[in-house]
Amino acid sequence: MKREEVFEKILEVLVDALGVDDDEVTPDASLTADLGAESIDFLDIVFKLEQAFGFKIEQGELFPENVTQDPDFVQDGRVTPHGLKTLRARLPHVDFSKFEQDPEITKVAEVFTVDSLVNFVEEKLGAQSAA
Amino acid sequence: MRWIWIDRILELQPRERLVAIKHVSLVEEHLDEHFPGDDALGLDPCPIMPAPLIIEGMAQTAGILVGHASQFREKVILAKISRAEFSREAVPGDTLRYTATIRRLDEAGAVTAGEVEIIAPDTLSPTTIGRIDLMFSHIDKNLAGVEFPEHNFVFSESFRTLLRSSGFDPGF
Repeated sequence: MKREEVFEKILEVLVDALGVDDDEVTPDASLTADLGAESIDFLDIVFKLEQAFGFKIEQGELFPENVTQDPDFVQDGRVTPHGLKTLRARLPHVDFSKFEQDPEITKVAEVFTVDSLVNFVEEKLGAQSAA
Repeated sequence: MRWIWIDRILELQPRERLVAIKHVSLVEEHLDEHFPGDDALGLDPCPIMPAPLIIEGMAQTAGILVGHASQFREKVILAKISRAEFSREAVPGDTLRYTATIRRLDEAGAVTAGEVEIIAPDTLSPTTIGRIDLMFSHIDKNLAGVEFPEHNFVFSESFRTLLRSSGFDPGF
């Protein structure tokens, strides 16, 4: 599946899950800051991606878990270098370059952009066809 | 006040489908205000069942189905109304039939699709009047450590009674 096709399907998922307009779903749009996603929407997005692409997404695979509560990873409201390294390793589909300049924990959800979803799906589909 | 918006469970296929009915009755007090007449404007009272309460009825129908799948061990909370569309009102004398079907179910939560029908009191023929798709979260799995008041949960003693009086083993 081409990247454009993956994007089109993700666009449909986000329009459906978040009630946004087609033209709001740009590659750089952040799910939370730009598209208004709340925590429960992330679960909905996971469900809808599974349905759209026919694969199973494990808990914590697309969006992180147990990172932001760990004192090793977050200190004084900021993600530590160790925390950032862990996030990068767990979430290879996410671009953290902008976030690391000001790693405030309250902004961590903003790293999830439309593009990061496209990356994630491409990796999943690639791994599937390689298996 | 009893916050139960279904009267009887007709069918329960575990992890798949639950069908429930609700009779809309003029004795329900909220219908006085929804909508009252207005003498000055020459408007007659117009009692119709509020759509949010139809959604509540579906949430209870689907919520029992989701809870039953885990033998009511998980705390189930209505997380999202993904879709709620109605094509006509329900009025006193109507019977609403709610059919909830599980689309997805795992440890994090569940997605249900729902159909609302009115069974006409004269002909008994059903007409689809709404579709309500919902998402439920098992909050112990998703919001660990966050405490919610008991009334946020779908299940209570009333539902146990409802399951029993409908002839099903509540199992909890």
